[in-house]
Amino acid sequence: MARLLSFKAAVFFTLFFFISTDFVCCNNGRRVGDPLETELSGFSVPLEHSFELDDTGKFQVRGSLLLKTGREPSVSLTQNQLSEEDRAKLKEVAAVDGLYRIRVPRVFLQADRQTEWQMEGHLTAFVRACAMVESHLSDVITLHTDVSGYLIGVSIVTLPGACRGTEVEDEVDLEVFNTTLSIMAPVNAPGPETALFLERMEQESEKKGKNPQEQKSFFAKYWYLILGGAIFLMVTNSAQPPAGGGREQS
Amino acid sequence: MGKLILLLLNLIVLYNIVAAVFEDQVGKFDWRQQYVGKVRFSHFDTHMQSSKKVLLATESNVFAAINTRTGDLFWRHVDKTGPEGNIDAVLHHGQDAVLVVGNGRVLRSWDISVGGLNWEIVLDSGSFRSACLVGQQGTVKHAAVLKKSVISLHYLSNGHQKWVENLPESETVNYQAVHSDGNGQVYALGVVSHSHIAVVAYSAEDGEIIKQVSVEAPWLSNIPASCAVVGQGMLTCVDSTTMSIYTLDLYQQLQMIQIPLQSLGLEVDPGFQPHLVSHQPHPARQPLSEFLLQLGPDHHLLLQLNNGQIVILRDFKPALLVSFATTGEKTVAAVMSPKNKTACGINLFSAESGRRLLDTTLIFTVDPNAGKPERLHVQAFLKKDDSVGYRVMVQSEDHALTFIQQPGRVMWTREEALSDVVTMEMVDLPLTGTQAELEGEFGKKADGLMSMVLKRLSSQLIMLQTWVAHLWKLFYDARKPRSQVKNDVSIENLSRDEFNLQKMMVMVTSSGKLFGIDSKTGSILWKHYLDNIPSNAAFNLMVQRTTAHFPHPPQCTLLIKDKDSGLAALHVFNPIFGRKSQVAPPALSQPILQSLLLPLMDQDYAKVLLLVDDQYKVSAFPSTKNVLQQLQETAASIFFYLVDSSQGRLSGYRLRTDLSTEQVWEVVIPVEVQNIVSVKGKRPNEHVHSQGRVMGDRSVLYKYLNPSLLAVVTESTDLHQERSFIGILLIDGVTGRIIHEAVQRKARGPVHVVHSENWVVYEYWSTKSRRNEFSVIELYEGMELYNSTVFSSLDRPHAPQVLQQSYIFPSSISTMEATLTEKGITSRHLLIGLPSGGILSLPKMFLDPRRPEIVSEQSREENLIPYAPELIIRTEWFINYNQTVSRVRGIYTAPSGLESTCLVVAYGLDIYQTRVYPSKQFDVLKDDYDYMLISSVLFALFFATMISKRLAEVKLLNRAWR
Repeated sequence: MARLLSFKAAVFFTLFFFISTDFVCCNNGRRVGDPLETELSGFSVPLEHSFELDDTGKFQVRGSLLLKTGREPSVSLTQNQLSEEDRAKLKEVAAVDGLYRIRVPRVFLQADRQTEWQMEGHLTAFVRACAMVESHLSDVITLHTDVSGYLIGVSIVTLPGACRGTEVEDEVDLEVFNTTLSIMAPVNAPGPETALFLERMEQESEKKGKNPQEQKSFFAKYWYLILGGAIFLMVTNSAQPPAGGGREQS
Repeated sequence: MGKLILLLLNLIVLYNIVAAVFEDQVGKFDWRQQYVGKVRFSHFDTHMQSSKKVLLATESNVFAAINTRTGDLFWRHVDKTGPEGNIDAVLHHGQDAVLVVGNGRVLRSWDISVGGLNWEIVLDSGSFRSACLVGQQGTVKHAAVLKKSVISLHYLSNGHQKWVENLPESETVNYQAVHSDGNGQVYALGVVSHSHIAVVAYSAEDGEIIKQVSVEAPWLSNIPASCAVVGQGMLTCVDSTTMSIYTLDLYQQLQMIQIPLQSLGLEVDPGFQPHLVSHQPHPARQPLSEFLLQLGPDHHLLLQLNNGQIVILRDFKPALLVSFATTGEKTVAAVMSPKNKTACGINLFSAESGRRLLDTTLIFTVDPNAGKPERLHVQAFLKKDDSVGYRVMVQSEDHALTFIQQPGRVMWTREEALSDVVTMEMVDLPLTGTQAELEGEFGKKADGLMSMVLKRLSSQLIMLQTWVAHLWKLFYDARKPRSQVKNDVSIENLSRDEFNLQKMMVMVTSSGKLFGIDSKTGSILWKHYLDNIPSNAAFNLMVQRTTAHFPHPPQCTLLIKDKDSGLAALHVFNPIFGRKSQVAPPALSQPILQSLLLPLMDQDYAKVLLLVDDQYKVSAFPSTKNVLQQLQETAASIFFYLVDSSQGRLSGYRLRTDLSTEQVWEVVIPVEVQNIVSVKGKRPNEHVHSQGRVMGDRSVLYKYLNPSLLAVVTESTDLHQERSFIGILLIDGVTGRIIHEAVQRKARGPVHVVHSENWVVYEYWSTKSRRNEFSVIELYEGMELYNSTVFSSLDRPHAPQVLQQSYIFPSSISTMEATLTEKGITSRHLLIGLPSGGILSLPKMFLDPRRPEIVSEQSREENLIPYAPELIIRTEWFINYNQTVSRVRGIYTAPSGLESTCLVVAYGLDIYQTRVYPSKQFDVLKDDYDYMLISSVLFALFFATMISKRLAEVKLLNRAWR
């Protein structure tokens, strides 16, 4: 059963796997194991966050995103710990169901020179502060680029995402961010699959060709029936007396 | 293998959903209304005394003939939309009508008796200026067409060009008019603004320039607006700055003679541009020497030009509209003057003398719910006693045409505003009186056992009474032949039917006229004209309260927004009767960015409408204390989004308790690369019956049903066919999270999108393969649900699985919509409006990304159709059989009370209403269901059981005795 299921999944969710492989590859790129390369052709932008009791946006630096430009952009993150003060504030905000917001500046990832990648404005996203607290600061941040390499959006979700009202006793849990970061480019939407279909059609017709029974023409298949019918007709015709023959002659 | 193929074929055959109608069902559930649009030119067919045709050329590029007795179409020709099909001029002569189309691109001649094309020729390029018929010695054989730099003469019989000549000095002189009056010459009149008039006389025979003169006229800038040729080639102009009439003899061309209006004792109304109207009864003869001069909005004069002298024949004041008409040798002027607030009188005056003709008064009642009369088209005819009789066609501001006969009988009215429906809604009809009574009984508070019982008894007595009356009516009608049974629909007897199949269609047209149309018959039950609607208004119609909340009347709100300034106004009305509501809408002083209809209701069951202004402040309507309190309580869960496509900015906001807002997310799509062309959410009244799909192995694949998901479609700014693309973004409208981002490369718009349930279907033009393609995206949560009880955008950390597949579609499409049913059990179809006028009902089953490339046991178990790259249009899928719907712009779907049935309205130039049954009528017994047979079988079985039981008893008894 399990094998069947996986087979089906493979058939039906190729697209999904395509996305997830993309995702994984991005994750690999994220790992801060190659600082040299990022320094060579990348730049860093601040990742800022804001959580206030009155929900006004007072953004402070949370960490810095190292973006590697080029054909396949990747991203890595170095971030600070939450200070004692911030931890208390985050818990307070969570208690009144406030929002925890992040923002990143708009950048252009395909740029060669530094002057080109900077753009005006920010991209913002939010998550409920209580979800942030209850997940012990484990969040998933995804940066979305468009087809030409502009950063168009950022999204943040926490894992788990729900707010159940559980108290976070241990202050240590709110100290370090446990962030999963990825960068996603748009997937190519598939066009109509004509080639495969034609191939399949050809295969089918080939199979038909191999099967001699189906290749036979109509007459080849049913010659005995037709012949039988013809003979039957002839016999019945000849058996009939030539009625009115005499009259025709006169 | 053979078995397999057979099985496969079976499968496909089984899924051929038959959507065709039987011949006897034609027109039973559907109706079509054909329109022509706002009239630009009209000509009465006069070549035969008994003719009952009027030719109309309209701003919607339609040329049609209408029966003057009934108002029905004889024939209609719909040209291309936009400037390409624009009708520049109509020249009508005898049996033929010659049209100049597309800024002088094509010259076409139609036979008006049958509407057939006589000939069509393509003209040389150059923008069109004017055209006229050219006659000689009493016969008309040619038509002259004046363009920016050339003048050409064409034969009326075959369209061939007789001659074409360049206009002299066409770089400096702006030629604007062409004139001919049967003396063998064609005059081209041009003007050098504020300097002089240029007159060029051509010989009609060979196009040779006979004369070429320029005359000083420093006050003139536009000939057609201020000049007309009167009498014996006298070009007569009126100028408001010098307050004078100028005349110029085209035959002699000496100089302009100025006649000050003051010398005639006339004065132009301040700020009014005076206007001249002359009349040429026959193109081969000279125009009349009488002409009309308009000096003010309600001031007209009939003047005569006599040897260079102007004589006032008659002063019409007040007169709203004046028009000439000729029959035989007589020419009359019809004058419409206001009588009182609700009526206008029309009288005929002899054009020669200005005398009023006896017994020619006609009363025209002005509908307070219609616009003011705008133009008068007069059909004059000679009566038996040689006096002049007439009928008039009044065109009003709301594009309606009313045809009136003496002494004021309205023969027909055509609501041409319906040719341009912008938006519509379908509203349930109210309950009947008795049903309402019952409803009211339950609505009221209990006041004692005894009175409740009495009330119950009385209401049931009333029900019984109506039921008997209904039975009696049925019996009475059954005796009459079917054709005589008429179901007259009027506002009084409107009530909901058993299955809620009859509804009120509320249609908003671009002219600002609102209509209430009965969906069963198509008859207009009410209309309401909103004057002072800006020309570029955007409309948003919302149903705030449905008919379900008796005794509160249903309530619709129309948001009218000026696209330039952003300023908006609200019109609140009752959708059943069309009356303006008592509820005073708030005055909106700030430009409005967004309007939202919340599911919250006030104590009177009206849904709350939120309006977001450009300061991002929110105002509520209705804004009672109750509403404000509810808003405060739920503010934290009210999110909305704004789209600024000029900057590519999508931003999300959250409502605060003090009704201010805060921005919570922002997505910016760089406008240098791509532009947002459409943002589609889901319909709020959509129901999804099943949360998942059962797979072949009996496991369930759960759908990702995010109610606040937005499908954002972008088009690349680079239109090169190799680099152009279409972007599809699925964004959560609450959190701004990008759920999916896909790019369709080598594709171009226009993109049509339908977003429903867990799928998005879009259609685009593939520049690579040069064909139209459909693509479908489906979202699934996977094999298990994250939270099965409720969907919250704030708590769905896992991204859905995205499946996509594309198909080739053999036609371009005009519009697309999905069917909608009451509970969402019925399978969905896509309704596709094709440019050919067909409406195709394409089963969604064919657009399913899980269609397998290779057929397996499981996919067959799941009833998946094997993938085929081409979607084939089957003729039985056309729901409008031969009822072509021209220029479909929108399709509206509404659920009915029957789960199987979806009501469909397609609108464009025409309006077509029908019902569709995407899964056939599974919940309805057929018309020809044999009740007799089934009941007799039942009875027979019942009796058989009784008898056999008795027999068995007897037998048992006998055996016991033995």
